Amino acid sequence: MRLLAAVIAFLCLLPVAAGAQWLPGQATETVREGLEIGTSTSEIAITSDFRGADLTIFGALSNTDQLLLAIGQYDVVVVLEGPREDATVRKKERVFGIWVNRRSMTFEAVPHSYSMSSSRGIEDLTTPLDLTDRGIGIDHIPLTPVGFVGDGSNLSEFRQAFLRLQQAGALYDRNTSGVRFVSSNLFKASLRLPANIPNGVHTVRAYLFKSGNFVTEKSLPLRVIKTGIEQTITDAAHGQPILYGCAAVALAVITGWGASLIFRKD
Amino acid sequence: MTIYLPIAELSVNIFIILGMGAAVGFLSGMFGVGGGFLITPLLIFYNIPPVVAVATGANQVVASSISGAITHFRRGTLDVKLGTVLLVGGLSGATVGIWIFSLLRRVGQLDLIISLMYVIFLGTVGGLMLLESINAMRRAARNEPPAPRKPGHQHWVHKLPLKVRFKKSKIYLSVIPIVALGFAIGILTSIMGVGGGFIMVPAMIYLLRIPTNVVVGTSLFQIIFVTAYTTIVQAATNFSVDIVLAFILMVAGVIGAQYGVRVGQKLRGEQLRALLGLLVLAVGLRLAIALVVTPADVYSVVMGAGN
Repeated sequence: MRLLAAVIAFLCLLPVAAGAQWLPGQATETVREGLEIGTSTSEIAITSDFRGADLTIFGALSNTDQLLLAIGQYDVVVVLEGPREDATVRKKERVFGIWVNRRSMTFEAVPHSYSMSSSRGIEDLTTPLDLTDRGIGIDHIPLTPVGFVGDGSNLSEFRQAFLRLQQAGALYDRNTSGVRFVSSNLFKASLRLPANIPNGVHTVRAYLFKSGNFVTEKSLPLRVIKTGIEQTITDAAHGQPILYGCAAVALAVITGWGASLIFRKD
Repeated sequence: MTIYLPIAELSVNIFIILGMGAAVGFLSGMFGVGGGFLITPLLIFYNIPPVVAVATGANQVVASSISGAITHFRRGTLDVKLGTVLLVGGLSGATVGIWIFSLLRRVGQLDLIISLMYVIFLGTVGGLMLLESINAMRRAARNEPPAPRKPGHQHWVHKLPLKVRFKKSKIYLSVIPIVALGFAIGILTSIMGVGGGFIMVPAMIYLLRIPTNVVVGTSLFQIIFVTAYTTIVQAATNFSVDIVLAFILMVAGVIGAQYGVRVGQKLRGEQLRALLGLLVLAVGLRLAIALVVTPADVYSVVMGAGN
């Protein structure tokens, strides 16, 4: 048995050994590491009493360098990104003693929610430039303003306010110890789903880094569907708005009329 | 016990909503008002988004006005013809109001305008009501008869053309000021989520000189249709009517109103008006303070392209 394992290990290492040089941290063109991820479900149904949950994602690395793996040179970042929408940030200012929304900025197609889990702090993984390029991490989500923003001097102020409010509302979340290696090649990532998670198609993205360099990424769609009577009502309100409005009026008429019948004095 | 409001998209304590509905129902029964001007600000104080509070408030007013209108119809104190003319103005006003509402929401000034309108209207009406009732109480204390209305005084309203005879109200009046009043109230209904009775009733009595006995029934008649129309249009354009929230408020409201009516019958008219004036002023003041006090966060985020 031990012999068999040794043979397999040898066969695995063979392509690496066959490369021109045997140097840790330098992958050759022929052996790029692979990354596979999977979720237990491709659809999450959220019931009306949902108070947030944890989503576990499993992943496997292939073609890894056993030596680098042993000394923890591989890092994984897993992100659950919500559907993209335009976001408008408004700022109140005092006008004649009253607080009024004076300035606003709209950012194009930003994720409605963003939950990130990594094997360590992402700032330690690679350069900030690389994170920004790939849009990894809450502080590196591309926030592109729509329309004219003047000299752009207040751009960073609005960006910071947006990220702060999203984190305060639990929609943006990070966990720097959420990815764990369960065996040398298998990892497990837990992601936080907030109670106010938006409906729609979310994307699970996993990024693999080796010795501070980006190697590869993988993504999977994950549908989040709310269920229950509340969802039926929401669907009706958006799908059949006029009928829904009539139902609301009918309910009011019945309640008002019913009360006048029940409490009739004569 | 918490309940999730599907349109407001937040969880609330059902007992607080029930209590709010019952308290407002009690007061509306006691004072003979629709209660929309109390429900909407209370919902906003309880962190319900103003967009939802206004649309749901209008829906709630439909329920609270119906039983009153039925009573007046049975007693014959409802002028359907006059109500219909008011309604023509009311429905067009509500249509314009919804358009303004959507526009304000788009530019991000809706919350401010709602608060400002409440402060202005509640402040003015509450103040006038309080003054008038204090004067009445003073006169009663001095055993003076109420100031008689000057007979034969020709009001400018009566010089307008397009006069129509309203048999039940026993008046001969131009339709122009009636439609105009309905129009103004219609705008208020869609922007503030109120029936508008607290403005319409005094306007009908003092401006249009309509006999007091038909005023309340007729205004309730027009309020039902304008608020029903507003509810449907709000649902269709802003998707902001929360049927769960509205239903809880309605049920608690109509029950509370029954007890309010009984208490109201024991109090004297001017005492009742002084209390109502104080209440209206207090709500207005609370909203005014919220506008002036430094907010916890000067920034706010709205997701979605429609906003």
